[in-house]
Amino acid sequence: MKMIRTFLTAAAMTAATLAAVPAAAQDPGPMTYSEALSGKRVLLVPMAMGFDLAQGWAAILEHEVSAFGGIFETRDPNWSVEAGAQAITEAISSEQKPDVLIVMSPDMNSYSKLMKRAQKAGIYVLLIDNPANFKPDAYIGSDWTQLGRLEAEAAIKGCGEDSSKQIGLVQGDQVNATSLFQYAGIMDVMAKNPGFEIVAKPDSNWDATTSRNVTTTMLQQHPDICAIIDFWDGDATGAAAAIRDAGMQDQVFLVTTGGGEKAADCDMIENGTYGAVVMTELAQESYNMVTIIKYLLQSGQEPGTSSPYIYTLLKATTKADLKPDSCWDLKALQAMNAD
Amino acid sequence: MDIGPLSNLKNLNQERIVLIVAVLIFVTASVALPGFLSAPNLIAIVRSISVLGILALGMSVVIIGRGIDLSMVAIMAMSVAWYLQLLGNGVPDHTALLLVLAGVLAIGLLNGFLVAYADVPAIFVTLASGSFVFGYVRSQLISSDAVPVPEGHWVALLGGLRFASIPVEVYLFALLSGAMFLFLRYTKWGRYVYYAGDNPIAARNIGIPVRPMLVLRYVLAALISFVAGLLTAASLHSINTRVVNSNLLYDIVLVAVIGGIGLSGGKGGVRNVLVGAALIGIMLNAMTIIDIPLLYQNLIKSTILLFAIIVDGVLNPRDEQTAQQGDI
Repeated sequence: MKMIRTFLTAAAMTAATLAAVPAAAQDPGPMTYSEALSGKRVLLVPMAMGFDLAQGWAAILEHEVSAFGGIFETRDPNWSVEAGAQAITEAISSEQKPDVLIVMSPDMNSYSKLMKRAQKAGIYVLLIDNPANFKPDAYIGSDWTQLGRLEAEAAIKGCGEDSSKQIGLVQGDQVNATSLFQYAGIMDVMAKNPGFEIVAKPDSNWDATTSRNVTTTMLQQHPDICAIIDFWDGDATGAAAAIRDAGMQDQVFLVTTGGGEKAADCDMIENGTYGAVVMTELAQESYNMVTIIKYLLQSGQEPGTSSPYIYTLLKATTKADLKPDSCWDLKALQAMNAD
Repeated sequence: MDIGPLSNLKNLNQERIVLIVAVLIFVTASVALPGFLSAPNLIAIVRSISVLGILALGMSVVIIGRGIDLSMVAIMAMSVAWYLQLLGNGVPDHTALLLVLAGVLAIGLLNGFLVAYADVPAIFVTLASGSFVFGYVRSQLISSDAVPVPEGHWVALLGGLRFASIPVEVYLFALLSGAMFLFLRYTKWGRYVYYAGDNPIAARNIGIPVRPMLVLRYVLAALISFVAGLLTAASLHSINTRVVNSNLLYDIVLVAVIGGIGLSGGKGGVRNVLVGAALIGIMLNAMTIIDIPLLYQNLIKSTILLFAIIVDGVLNPRDEQTAQQGDI
């Protein structure tokens, strides 16, 4: 009897040990990861959903967030500052608050208070692409001053030493940080390159027709211009049209910046419309967002604790260094979430 | 009794005031700004207001008939965006064009029908239909804000077209202005527009087909919008639907109203559009040459416009009729 009991005990212990062995070797990671991340809501509020960058971000974020069991949503303010503010306000006061709010701010100040309120309500706020007067849980996007420097360097290179050394700017506006910092960066480089000068700097208000009209005037007033920097590929088609109409494609080197979408940027470099485009590595930028989201949701820290800048690598691409993978294809990216 | 100077002043209606302001700016700019009075710059000025002017022609015919069409910019951008998207998707050109034309006609008819037969105020009808057109096309028919013109398509070739180094849209603006002038001034239906705008009930009582003509005006405005959109795409080799959110719509109303087409209807004509467009074009061009930042440009533009309106208000007090029915 005692023998049997001993035997049973031994068997039970063995079984317990056997059962315990895999438990001891189990990776605690997946459990922690899924506890922190599954069911979490991520809300993207760009300036509009209709342009290449926003669609690219959304495609990658959706893919990644649904992969960790989260819920990804977007709001489309369609370039309206008010509609964006309303989307953020609703998100803060809604029953099911987002855990992470990703905001592309239209200017330095409009959303600052709202984003602070979101952080107070326990929502992590990521600021993307456009800087603002606010300490987000991370800024993910371009260093716009550096972007301006790269544009100016590309323009100077495009002009060459034997040129007129006259450069024209087509700015965006006077409120958006991307426009202001780009300008600062360009002036930075200009100061280091005496001889080169900015001969005109009209605003396009990000509108292609306006860009065309001001560029036409600029080319007539300064027929020796050797390069033009237009602050966004969304309206640089206008500057390009003006150069084309003036028959000055061979003389004027057009530099702009964009999200690196194939049809918007690489095709235009390929056909000679743009001389150089400073492009954002969209995929890298989106994965940076994903990483920060995963980090914040597991960190346990209060929203607003830290405020790092996660700059995306920038590069001026010209026809000479255009590679098949220089750009990303919106259609291919969207197909990722199709099934 | 000599009241000569005063009666001369009284002859200054808004159109003349604006014309004088435009001429003043023109002369000043010609003297002060090198390169302003050159042929290429003058062409550039006219070109920069061609599309705006064409849209203002369409708006004017609606306003003269005592209405307003706030859906014009949406129709302009979205019809062409849809057309280019269809082409990009490989739909044959004539099929795509017919489809889009049918869509444009349908919206014009819908606007006209709701205003004429359902008696909904034009401002609400067209505000709603504009939003509908934008929302529907943007969400259902096209895939992104900017739609490029396919390589080598006739729309792109149209943009490069020049006669005597003047861009094609200038000719089209002139042509449409002439056609509109003849229509409004010399055709029976053109005169009816004024009668209906001045006093719709009286116009109906004397047997003018007021309602069908109202529909016609909105269809006309929609078609003109489509033409303006094609010209925009022709020049830029793409259309960006973001223009719907810009203040282009206000600029169109502005060109019409600043030229002296009263929002209460029944007044004005093509000449007013040309004067209004000239003022805007000359002002913007001069400010671009001086390199005035956009913020100040808007300030200066609005100050001059306000000045013209105030002078008009002082010299031409509102009459009994306007006071009774009110402006829009």
